[in-house]
Amino acid sequence: MAKIPEPILRSLKVVVLLLCLGPLMVLMWKATHDLLGANPVDVITRSTGRWTLTFLLITLGVTPLRKLVRIPSLVRFRRMLGLYALFYGTLHLMTYVWLDKFFDVQAMLHDIAKRRFITAGMTAWALMLPLALTSTAGSIRRLGGKRWQRLHRLIYFSAAAGVIHFIWLVKADLKRPLTYGAILLLLLGYRAVSSAITRVRSRQTVPAASA
Amino acid sequence: MLIRKPDDIPSSEITPKAAYLSRRQFLTGAAAAGAALAGGFYLRSNSHDESVVQASGEKLTGITKSKYSSTEKPTSFKDITNYNNYYEFSTDKYEPNGMSKDFRTRPWSLAIDGMVKKRKSLDIDSILKLAPLEERIYRHRCVEGWSMVVPWVGFPLSALIKAADPLPSAKFIAFQTILAPDEMPNQKRDVLAWPYVEGLRMDEAMHPLTILAVGLYDQVLPNVDGAPLRLIVPWKYGFKGIKAIVKVSFADKMPPTTWNVMAPDEYGFYSNVNPTVDHPRWSQATERRIGASLFAPKQPTLMFNGYSDQVASLYSGMDLRKNF
Repeated sequence: MAKIPEPILRSLKVVVLLLCLGPLMVLMWKATHDLLGANPVDVITRSTGRWTLTFLLITLGVTPLRKLVRIPSLVRFRRMLGLYALFYGTLHLMTYVWLDKFFDVQAMLHDIAKRRFITAGMTAWALMLPLALTSTAGSIRRLGGKRWQRLHRLIYFSAAAGVIHFIWLVKADLKRPLTYGAILLLLLGYRAVSSAITRVRSRQTVPAASA
Repeated sequence: MLIRKPDDIPSSEITPKAAYLSRRQFLTGAAAAGAALAGGFYLRSNSHDESVVQASGEKLTGITKSKYSSTEKPTSFKDITNYNNYYEFSTDKYEPNGMSKDFRTRPWSLAIDGMVKKRKSLDIDSILKLAPLEERIYRHRCVEGWSMVVPWVGFPLSALIKAADPLPSAKFIAFQTILAPDEMPNQKRDVLAWPYVEGLRMDEAMHPLTILAVGLYDQVLPNVDGAPLRLIVPWKYGFKGIKAIVKVSFADKMPPTTWNVMAPDEYGFYSNVNPTVDHPRWSQATERRIGASLFAPKQPTLMFNGYSDQVASLYSGMDLRKNF
């Protein structure tokens, strides 16, 4: 197992923190230089939406990656990546609330009730909230590791709702949303397989221990 | 992952207009020479010395103004040509402009069949002489909730229909886009049922607002906007305006239309702009005007896209909720 020295880990976290702001910086630079094209609101909406899903998938990729490359300390990046998913998700939601609906509450309620892709998107965002609120070390202590972990499995449902949101909103070409869906299935499939293996192994070891 | 936009291509990498025009002129010139030898109907009525066919970007002449034009400020040429749906090239609205640059619009002929006295094929350059070219500044409303004001150049579809000479029993007209998968990459993918088809009821087709567009901003129609010949029906959602037309047929039954076949509960045959009938995925009550400020609120969508006075009577007695 590889171990990253603490000072390097800390500076790496700063680097990742700044890198994750990149997509927002690019958008802001383009917005201030009139480079967002004919429909800036559309570009901002799609960009923040895709980055939300991307960060959800990256967050879900941390556990498989740290096991595959045998660097357990990669888990130290997971909270930040997850919070970035909520950050871009909130920008995505604010683009809708402000630039698309101009705070018209009635129109938004109508949308949530009537348009299933909006319902799915709102669900995906709302499911991230309890995770962000309990993302501190103190919360893990208070909830206890087992319960905290169970709660944080909500990210599976948030990512799935996000992919469904994307699938339902496209008119005809499903290539992009299905790419996200395939990666999500891969990441969830890894977990299913690895937990099944663990269960089989523990069943095999229990009688051996008792004998 | 980066979002792809036209701006991702530095302008230095885009072929200079003069270069691609000369390339195109060479190609179309060669095609023209061949066509002229074969057919010989090359002289345009308004400028008889024009022996080279027009390429995209070339100025059109003899355009008259129209009383049907909107007085609203037209959307910029840049926005019109860099933001539109042309699924044959790409499902991304920013990509078709670059991807359609080398699309061949000459030689081009239009087949006329179905319920006509005599089937025929018209060359594009004879179609251009069917009627005087007019500028028609129309509001353009996409079903996705955005809109533009577009200074099309074209002529009434009725002029073509007269030349086609349909049987009196024909009740509908159907249109078909070219099938050219080597030039239109998405036609190799299963995005929509290709080729794209559209249709109108005969009275809609004969309406003076309905035009075939061959130009934009006094220039030959850019490939990205459906060159060399596309349909414009300003009171309907934009997808009714089929591009790069190679065939029209007349029928007594309602013809299939691509988006209706794809999702019948979302796109009807009529697809008239109607703020009171929502698309399942978008409200149709408002629209975003392309070119407006980022923080400008959307504007209300008008019944029949603001052309009620001219076209509402076509649908009197019809339930527009059912016939959406």
